[in-house]
Amino acid sequence: MSGFNKVVGSYEEAMAGLEDGMTVIAGGFGLCGIPEGCIAQIKKMGTKELTIVSNNCGVDGFGLGILLEDKQIKKMVSSYVGENKLFEDQLLAGELEVELTPQGTLAEKMRAGGAGIPAFYTATGYGTPVGDGKEVREFDGRKYIMEEAITGDFAIVKGWKADTYGNVIYRHTAQNFNPMAATAGKITIVEVEEIVEPGELDPTQIHTPGIYVDRLIQGTFEKRIEQRTVRA
Amino acid sequence: MALSREQLAMRVAQELQDGFYVNLGIGIPTLVANYVPEGMEVMLQSENGLLGMGPFPTEEEVDADMINAGKQTVTTITGASIFSSAESFAMIRGGHVDLTVLGAFEVDVQGNIASWMIPGKLIKGMGGAMDLVAGADNIIVTMTHADKHGNSKLLNECTLPLTGAGCIKKVVTDLAYLEIEDGQFILKERAPGVSVEEIVSKTGGKLVVPDNVPEMNV
Repeated sequence: MSGFNKVVGSYEEAMAGLEDGMTVIAGGFGLCGIPEGCIAQIKKMGTKELTIVSNNCGVDGFGLGILLEDKQIKKMVSSYVGENKLFEDQLLAGELEVELTPQGTLAEKMRAGGAGIPAFYTATGYGTPVGDGKEVREFDGRKYIMEEAITGDFAIVKGWKADTYGNVIYRHTAQNFNPMAATAGKITIVEVEEIVEPGELDPTQIHTPGIYVDRLIQGTFEKRIEQRTVRA
Repeated sequence: MALSREQLAMRVAQELQDGFYVNLGIGIPTLVANYVPEGMEVMLQSENGLLGMGPFPTEEEVDADMINAGKQTVTTITGASIFSSAESFAMIRGGHVDLTVLGAFEVDVQGNIASWMIPGKLIKGMGGAMDLVAGADNIIVTMTHADKHGNSKLLNECTLPLTGAGCIKKVVTDLAYLEIEDGQFILKERAPGVSVEEIVSKTGGKLVVPDNVPEMNV
């Protein structure tokens, strides 16, 4: 009996069940707070035709960008892409589909998906190409478009610390989309820098309660920096 | 003389108030942080989930987990808070940010803004810009008055796909400070040494010129 123990021993076990054509929601902003080990495992498995929901698509050779190398991604749902040459090439060749989604709408789509809310109204994107074809409703004299929630077959998340029950704490701005992603996967995998025993984390400091987490694994992280800026 | 990027940022900084929560876009808007008046407290919001953004880190302080919306390494100031993307955009969309400053390709007399997409060129995405313009009440657009071919960026109707509709009321360009009201631009200030005639000739949209147009104090 493992009870609430979510810890798995390998990335093979963590990503078991991922199949061609599935939707994967990934936490991270740029290269900050990305689930490096899960992404590497997807690359290793060679799973194809994936729809990836993530704010960005990594860079050439790192982050989600490595899944472009073997053309594993069919569609990206993101707010900002194209920091990588391979992405641009596949997009222009028609091998890759992109659904550009405003950043706040993307976060809310994940949050709503995880919270059992099928759709919501937002002023973001009204009167722009994003609003084309979407239902418009007026509330208190202002126009809003309806946006539908997102859920994934899998959600891959990067945390800082977790206890074995899957209660997760994020570190600094590596939090970003991770808490929403964690709620929106049918199977949610969290990889962290450190796993501790239940009781070692302060319950009031937990960002993602263990109820959302199915599999937990301790990883090692390169944490590449996209724009290293320093002052003298 | 047209304003330099720094002067443009200085003029925008005059719109700051003590206790303001402010979101600064990439480019000229970022420079506004350098001109916060002495003694004034302003907190910078970065839409990846940070309120109270500080300066760039020293070499020793660099932390891969501490970045801003431009993906640059940053620090926090005392009293900062860090949160999720959903929380970040709740404060943006919910109108809790006091001032938003961002760049644009075009603005028109209806307060429409186009800033993210040029058809025929590679489209990278809107990031958080659509949420920012839809959620903020107090937005300042910073841009050059005309493009490098001399075409006005202040129009009767935006020609590029919009970022937001009817949401812009204030524009600071390298030539002038203008407000948008009742379907027209109103010339409020001119850059030092720039004539009203030059501004009129470079403004494509309907422009109201008051009797007295003072020079900016930059």
